[in-house]
Amino acid sequence: MTEFPLLTVVTFLPVLGALVLLFVQREQEALLKGGAIVASLLTFAASLPLFFGARGADFSYVDRADWIDAWGINYHVGVDGISMLLVVLTTFMTPIVFLGAWNAIEKRVKEFVILLLVLETAMIGAFVSLNLFLFYMFWEAMLIPMYLIIGVWGGERRLYATMKFFIYTMVGSLLMLVAILYMATQHAAQFGYMTFEYGELFRLNFPLQTQLWLFAAFALAFAVKVPLFPVHTWLPDAHVEAPTPGSVILAAILLKMGTYGFIRFAMPYFPDAVQAAAPVMMVLAVIGIIYGALVAMVQPDMKKLVAYSSVSHLGFVMLGLFSLNEEAVSGAVLQMVNHGFSTGALFLAIGVIYERRHTRLIKDFGGLAGQIPVFAVVFLIITMSSIGLPGLNGFVGEFLILLGSFKNAAATFQRTGSLTHFLIPVLATSGVILAAVYMLWMYQRVMFGPNKNPKNQGMKDMNLRELVVMAPLIVGIFWIGLAPNPLMQRMDGAVRKVVQQSTGKSRMRAEVEPPARVLAAERMQPAQGGKVQ
Amino acid sequence: MNSIPVSSLWLIPFFPLLGALFNGLLGKRLPKTVVSIVGPGVLLASFVTVAVHVWLLSGFDEQSRRFVDVVYTWLGVFGLQIDVSFVLDPLSSVMALIITGIGFFIHLYSIGYMREDESYYRYFAYLNLFVFSMLLLVLGGNMILMFVGWEGVGLCSYLLIGFWFKDNANADAGKKAFIVNRVGDFGFLLGTFLIFYIFRTFDFDGIQAIALNYGTRIPSWVFFAIAMLLFIGATGKSAQIPLYVWLPDAMAGPTPVSALIHAATMVTAGVYMIARLNFIFASSPTALGIIAWVGALTALFAATIGLVQRDIKKVLAYSTVSQLGFMFVAMGVGAWTAGIFHLMTHAFFKATLFLGSGSVIHAMGGEQDIRRMGGLRKWMPITYVTFVVATLAIAGIPPFSGFFSKDEILFRAYGSGLGGTALWAVVSAAALCTAFYMTRLVILTFLGDCRADEHTKSHLHESPWTITVPLIVLAFFSLVGGYFNVPEGMTHFVPTLAFTFFAPIEFLHHWLAPVLITDPGTLRPGATAMEGALILTSVIVALVGIGSAWFLYAVRPRMAERLAGFGRGIPHRVLLDKYYVDEIYSYGIVKPIYYTSLYFLWRFVDVIAIDGLVNGAAKATQFLAQVGRRFQTGDVQAYAVSLIVGTLLTIGYFIYGWWS
Repeated sequence: MTEFPLLTVVTFLPVLGALVLLFVQREQEALLKGGAIVASLLTFAASLPLFFGARGADFSYVDRADWIDAWGINYHVGVDGISMLLVVLTTFMTPIVFLGAWNAIEKRVKEFVILLLVLETAMIGAFVSLNLFLFYMFWEAMLIPMYLIIGVWGGERRLYATMKFFIYTMVGSLLMLVAILYMATQHAAQFGYMTFEYGELFRLNFPLQTQLWLFAAFALAFAVKVPLFPVHTWLPDAHVEAPTPGSVILAAILLKMGTYGFIRFAMPYFPDAVQAAAPVMMVLAVIGIIYGALVAMVQPDMKKLVAYSSVSHLGFVMLGLFSLNEEAVSGAVLQMVNHGFSTGALFLAIGVIYERRHTRLIKDFGGLAGQIPVFAVVFLIITMSSIGLPGLNGFVGEFLILLGSFKNAAATFQRTGSLTHFLIPVLATSGVILAAVYMLWMYQRVMFGPNKNPKNQGMKDMNLRELVVMAPLIVGIFWIGLAPNPLMQRMDGAVRKVVQQSTGKSRMRAEVEPPARVLAAERMQPAQGGKVQ
Repeated sequence: MNSIPVSSLWLIPFFPLLGALFNGLLGKRLPKTVVSIVGPGVLLASFVTVAVHVWLLSGFDEQSRRFVDVVYTWLGVFGLQIDVSFVLDPLSSVMALIITGIGFFIHLYSIGYMREDESYYRYFAYLNLFVFSMLLLVLGGNMILMFVGWEGVGLCSYLLIGFWFKDNANADAGKKAFIVNRVGDFGFLLGTFLIFYIFRTFDFDGIQAIALNYGTRIPSWVFFAIAMLLFIGATGKSAQIPLYVWLPDAMAGPTPVSALIHAATMVTAGVYMIARLNFIFASSPTALGIIAWVGALTALFAATIGLVQRDIKKVLAYSTVSQLGFMFVAMGVGAWTAGIFHLMTHAFFKATLFLGSGSVIHAMGGEQDIRRMGGLRKWMPITYVTFVVATLAIAGIPPFSGFFSKDEILFRAYGSGLGGTALWAVVSAAALCTAFYMTRLVILTFLGDCRADEHTKSHLHESPWTITVPLIVLAFFSLVGGYFNVPEGMTHFVPTLAFTFFAPIEFLHHWLAPVLITDPGTLRPGATAMEGALILTSVIVALVGIGSAWFLYAVRPRMAERLAGFGRGIPHRVLLDKYYVDEIYSYGIVKPIYYTSLYFLWRFVDVIAIDGLVNGAAKATQFLAQVGRRFQTGDVQAYAVSLIVGTLLTIGYFIYGWWS
């Protein structure tokens, strides 16, 4: 293809920036930070055409180059409506993180900006890979910069946190590697040549038992990253110890790797296993929603509270994915983006007051609303977004997920007559109550009441830089909440395809079945015919 | 039903939104005068817009009175079609007029009431935002937009209850309101999902068309489930048992907020929602029965608490809970119009009462305890007269507005096929309590001798015009509001002419008829014959309530004290402490959840169990490594020994195998 390799440029532009910054002296911190911002902004600018160009079920902006041809290992990237959103989320968040981290990083600035740029390339690479070997490389490559960011710039218990993060992730990843290798060799056994190509591996048809093993291997790797209950305990430690920019990247993008992995690999490849495992996954997701919320409620540390709230929110995403219908899966994808915005913003907001007071304990605060009113408004909007207030972004995703989950339960009821499945959407919906409890309680204890602590009384309100950092996130929060349709239309086709693949319908029945919209219109028929005149 | 597409309805909520943004973003830097003009001004603009549209609407024939304004598609994928669309029909027009009309006067009142507050602009920004959300709620053309407004008013309520956030008690009250409402929203959301699953649409007209034409094919338990789930939402927003607990605490907010949000508009959202979806509720008589009884019990329960409260706003708060119960009784017996009618008259007289109490509190320098009031009539004649008018209205004395609406509810509670004598008796008992506690409130506040200290006394004064004008206007409507819907039956007793002077007989009923299309509460045979007797009874009940309060608090004050001491004062204590419901919730639900989360889920499951396993696995690996390390001594002799031992063992194994 002679087309301009835009996606490759987007993927490697951050690393290119990092290479250039290698030649900047470490004393010139402003230049290093500025250079990193420029590099990440250029990446964002380069990624914008993807947002307008990539939609639907097919991969576009595909770039391909042979690498180790004999083993079917190629450089092969492309985006569909789902991965495009996550790539743009990544390129959107990274400059925000750099600007937000302007003061948060005080030592080894050069290493920090270079690592973060390398991390950006690894994350984008993981989202766009269409070759499983390539994906695995990017997947593992993400681990190292994150490991160092927490380990070098982290808090007091950073070594414990990094080890936990590393071990948790590695255990999962290695099993995934085994599964990937097994698939590649099976392809060789069945079709005569080995390949790691994403599309080609769909040819493989495994019996249920094998599917279950493979699914389990992938699922464990991804579940750790999500994190799904009960493999979530690395997250609170990692968040608490990570510096603000690390937390933001971790929450906003890295956690999406897990759910993205489910959407892209674990679910479409093994439809029979997915059908079998869906109830278990949904139950785990619902436990995560409620458990995460309840544990978040009792946290004394704001970052830990938000970390556990992520367990709850990502539980919603998992519930959406395994409800296996268009509404829920599209809600899950949107919720991945939403969580990036709202939780990223929450960590930035906590960073704002942390930089002033060097504490994150809720009890050290109180009555800040009178002291720093602009921050109070910004923090309130983010809090409401996290709670899922209608009109803001969080509601749209939660609504679609719960609607889809309800639909799933109702379908099961019609098939089996069992009402127990309704427990899943019902319990998940109760998470909506709990979200209000822990978020509002934290907001109240930090912002309301008398401003008694003398150390808080001289606190300064947000400065221009911090406002510039927050503004795009706030705009995004309102935009998605008020007009989600442009995003939804972009993921429409890709979500449809994933649902068809994951429910095993794509292979035989894709052509036979009319699109859902037609079906829905048919169902609507009596309604329109029967309008009261 | 036909719809008439228009493209101007969005202006109605747009004006308050504009005001909220303007005051919120710029208000801090602008003089108070500008804020004071913009705040109420946008309400006036919105009111005029509503009025013009309603006037246009009335020009169409009954079946075409439905303006629809589709602004844009909010979500349009996977067979979902959710638009941001506004609908002005007879029902939403009544609500919009109440919201913007009463809202305007309460905004005007706020200028005087909040003048001294340092966050004046913030107050008006929130209040405008509230009106915006409330208008979304009533004008929204589908369940989703209604829910956006439903939660939006909850947010504004949260912000305004905790407006003086420096006091933790206020912030607590705001949080409680939001969370309890969320419990209700849980039901509302599930009900919405069920509606979508059955009807495949969120649009009210679409749901109505299917419910009316294909309703018989849908099993009745589905209607029951939808109705009950939505009613859970209504108990939250409209403060019914068991979720009423937030409303009395909500009085922590500024008093005009209590008048607008916690009396006239937001808390009636549940009633509006049932009226809006009457075609669903009508299909489940069981659900309606439950609604009627929950309403009746709430009415009586809250009224009994109101009998003994000492805080002027708390009395009014429990009164609101109780009056909302009356409205739900109406909805529960299928008397849709009666419920909306009472919603309207209640908006008038309860807004008057709250604004009047605000005027009193303002004059008393923040004092809210009626034991330290009394005799205020002398200083505040306008407040006094308007307060009495509203009291007579809520007590149900003819010809004040509450008489007509309450009477209609009592009659339908008795006569409807869904009601009965027992229901009527409970509601009547609540009406008796209402007349009693309101008279008590008037006596202790305005009559007798002033019990305030000298300092407070010296500052007593009538409020400025921004406060008294809204009082007079609202009191006027508390007086005449009943004529909007004079029941047909009443014309037998009083010459028709006396009523038709103001509005045609059953005007509201006819106006709302195109929306309130179902009529599940057909009258029992013989009920109509009882109408006269029932009217007479209810007037007597009201007079007995007023009279006994008069006797106890004005004629024989000692008697009241002795009555409080009855049964060692325990009944009085129980009422004063609101039946300990807050304590029951706290110790029965809130604390167990909190401590389970803290000690079991976090400290045990997370830290000890899961992390224990993870750390244990790491420790086990370390241990194995330690064991293995023993062999890596670097001592060549030791390596040689193990080499020889190993070789010998291997050889031995093979020999053994060959031998046997």
